[in-house]
Amino acid sequence: MTVQKLKLKIFGAARDIMGGRELEIEVNGQTVGALRQTLFTLYPALKQLNSLLIAVNQKYAADDSLIHESDEIAVIPPVSGG
Amino acid sequence: MIKITQKAIDVQKVIDTASSLGAGAVNVFIGTVRDNAHKKNVRWLEYEAYEAMAVAEIRMIIEEATHRWKLLGWAVSHRIGTLKPGEVAVVVAVSTAHRKDSFEACEFIIDAIKAKAPIWKKEVFEGGEEWVSANPQMVMHTN
Repeated sequence: MTVQKLKLKIFGAARDIMGGRELEIEVNGQTVGALRQTLFTLYPALKQLNSLLIAVNQKYAADDSLIHESDEIAVIPPVSGG
Repeated sequence: MIKITQKAIDVQKVIDTASSLGAGAVNVFIGTVRDNAHKKNVRWLEYEAYEAMAVAEIRMIIEEATHRWKLLGWAVSHRIGTLKPGEVAVVVAVSTAHRKDSFEACEFIIDAIKAKAPIWKKEVFEGGEEWVSANPQMVMHTN
């Protein structure tokens, strides 16, 4: 397993739970799924959200997508524009 | 034109941008801030966006709309920041040859923006606030 330090942009309700607009976290793994699991472990309150998506380089990414330290990664709680 | 802006939206400018001399219809959706939610008075809304991705998502939505309808013009403007009841939060305008396509395309675009664009709003009430759609039924109390 590879440990990666990922820089995250965080929005909306997820920001209130995680306590910052930008955070760096260590993830043991290389996929979006590994990141999501790490987030749920570090911040269990995220599980109460109706959904939690991850965007990689400004696109929604599935759990099996690979992520790298150089990627732009964002934590996306349920959207509510309009 | 796709715009995410802190400033008040100039609705006429959005309409003018979408208009076309070849069009027989211009359809406009204007989303405004309601003064109530869950039977409570809304004091204001706080909107935020992941701007670069919001623009990219809206661009993909417009591309899909242009495949489904013959759009002669279009424009989308979404406001962020603090908005009071009555203020305009979003404007979608499309122009087409005939009215039916314009209604359908405009509805498709605003529905898709609401479902996909990374934009969020928090309702601020007397004595509490809540990120819209975030939780099943939780209201965070501030005092």
